[in-house]
Amino acid sequence: MTAKENTAAVTPIGVWGPKVLAAWIVPGGGHFLLKQKGRAGLLAVSVIAMFLLGLMMRGQFLKPQGGDVLNILIYYGGFLCNLMTGLPYLAASWLGYSQPDVAGAVHDYGTKFLVTAGLLNVLSIVDAYEIASGKKS
Amino acid sequence: MPKVNLSHFEAALLFSLFTSIVLGVVTKRTDRERLKYGAYCFGSFLVALFGLGWLMYLGHR
Repeated sequence: MTAKENTAAVTPIGVWGPKVLAAWIVPGGGHFLLKQKGRAGLLAVSVIAMFLLGLMMRGQFLKPQGGDVLNILIYYGGFLCNLMTGLPYLAASWLGYSQPDVAGAVHDYGTKFLVTAGLLNVLSIVDAYEIASGKKS
Repeated sequence: MPKVNLSHFEAALLFSLFTSIVLGVVTKRTDRERLKYGAYCFGSFLVALFGLGWLMYLGHR
């Protein structure tokens, strides 16, 4: 481990915590707090556009459910990915968006767009953490 | 919320675009490298999209 990595490993949670929290709640929020407004804007536009397209294609919010291993992986994983979108997901849920699972390519694409929006936000959260903790510039 | 009906191609193209932007933004260290990587990812998505499209077309003839 290099000296720089060692320094980053002991960065107190107070330094990176608020940025990570902001990055989760509002896509691009972590980068905005880190004064990287251009990158924050690109992340926000991409994640929110992906999420809104998912809603407009009437994708389904996956909810945890049991069954075989693959089923558990898909539904629990999908739920976690949806949750990682942050405020857009919470707002849509609170406002009553609830789409049943229906057959059709467009609905299926919509579900994948909603899940991927969360995954892309996970990438932005990790990036915000790395910048805030000094592992990356 | 209005409803949209995108074709497979349009949906895959938008998916590729937004994913490439995020991949470009969160990786690499300089803006130039990020731009190049984002463009590379988008190009790779397009190659896979057209490649698989032709493969399925030829496989069903």
